[in-house]
Amino acid sequence: MNNELANFSPQDRPVINPFYLFRWEDSQNAYVLLYPEGVVKLNDSAGEILKRCDGRTLTELTVDLQREFDADEHEVERGVQKFLEESHAKGWIRRQA
Amino acid sequence: MPKDGSVVRLDGQGIPLWLCLELTYRCPLACPWCSNPVDYERYGNELTTEEWKRVLHEGRELGALQLGFTGGEPMLRKDLEELVGEAHGLGYYTNLITSGIGLSEARLKALKDAGLNQIQLSIQSSDRAMNDALVGARAFDHKLQVARMIKAYGFPMVLNVPVCRQNIDLTEDILAMAEDIGVDYLELANIQYYNWAMVNRNELLPTLDQLKRAEATVQEARKRLDGKMTIYFVIPDYYEERPKTCMNGWGSIHLTIAPDGAALPCQESRVITGLEFPTVREKSLAWLWNESPTFRKFRGTDWMKEPCASCDEKEKDFGGCRCQALLLTGDAANTDPACVRSPHHSLITDAIARATDPSRQHEPLVMRRADRAELDIALEE
Repeated sequence: MNNELANFSPQDRPVINPFYLFRWEDSQNAYVLLYPEGVVKLNDSAGEILKRCDGRTLTELTVDLQREFDADEHEVERGVQKFLEESHAKGWIRRQA
Repeated sequence: MPKDGSVVRLDGQGIPLWLCLELTYRCPLACPWCSNPVDYERYGNELTTEEWKRVLHEGRELGALQLGFTGGEPMLRKDLEELVGEAHGLGYYTNLITSGIGLSEARLKALKDAGLNQIQLSIQSSDRAMNDALVGARAFDHKLQVARMIKAYGFPMVLNVPVCRQNIDLTEDILAMAEDIGVDYLELANIQYYNWAMVNRNELLPTLDQLKRAEATVQEARKRLDGKMTIYFVIPDYYEERPKTCMNGWGSIHLTIAPDGAALPCQESRVITGLEFPTVREKSLAWLWNESPTFRKFRGTDWMKEPCASCDEKEKDFGGCRCQALLLTGDAANTDPACVRSPHHSLITDAIARATDPSRQHEPLVMRRADRAELDIALEE
């Protein structure tokens, strides 16, 4: 995994590592990531990005977020890229083959 | 247990995020550090399938997310698959904590189908003879086979190795074994000295030199294996300056239900005399968690005496472990003597000196009593 490029390119398809269980949790009013003996409560933007890590390309993911939140294109791109890199380093996501 | 390398992200905000079900105290192995009570045979009358299901439902209503099935050996419960299925349907992340004995391929497949998320398998050494002597049964080959089967079925897997004087010098070999199996998380768990481990403390406690060598080996391996295998090192509190943040604080995020339904703030807390442990047969889980005097007793920091009460780190470690304070000082409200600020800290340093005195006469390990008939059946399967 360390040999992979940190940067995600527009045609990459980020998906959640199958070892993690990602879902909405009512009692936390948030999306959570569950893994062996661990829980991560996600903030709103992290949850919205991970929800879209479902096999679509990075471009599709970004466009969808811009549309839904009526946000600035470059700002979304930068934010998504940074979050994906961090998530990848933590092992939460991988590239779909 | 606090682990170097693990991430606890959530403040529980009053929610028992971690629900741990000790389905049975029965076990085919005889590990001399077992965390079950030394008088576990007193607590018969295990909860029924329907009673466990009620616990699962009430736990989710309280907001529990992580669920551990443990024991004893949880595979001895024939209804394990049914309980896993129920838990999965309710939205828990389900962890099975097992010795591997009784885990056949058919049952592994059934557990996968039921929605089990993760398996934590214990192994005691990379050396067959040592492993089998430590658990009191011929188990090593079966455990290795189970480990490979778990990976073949695609489960995330934690390999748990209880660390003691006997096996700590094999850390390098154990790392290589875990790497060869393809383990995702290796947990090198320094034994915590309660119950059976307390009985055998003199024989199990490693020396400081042994620990330092093992820690250096782990640091090297972490660099080498970064991203491939995560290594947890459960803190050996006897050799730390500060106590462990036990259970993230009493009644903070962790709720254990014992085989007879007793609600416990941690798996060891039955050792604390003078506390009552009402069961889920008498009370709702919500009452046990929120209202029971036992859970309220050491919650937060108001109960603290000096030196904890005025300590600038009391919100960090909550005074350490209540069970250890009781076992060693006789008062569960004392500062955990593992802390150098405790007036009782010499109890720890004396215990280390005694256990590691080269002139000390060695004693045989006191093995956890096992039902031999059950053991024979389990090993034949």
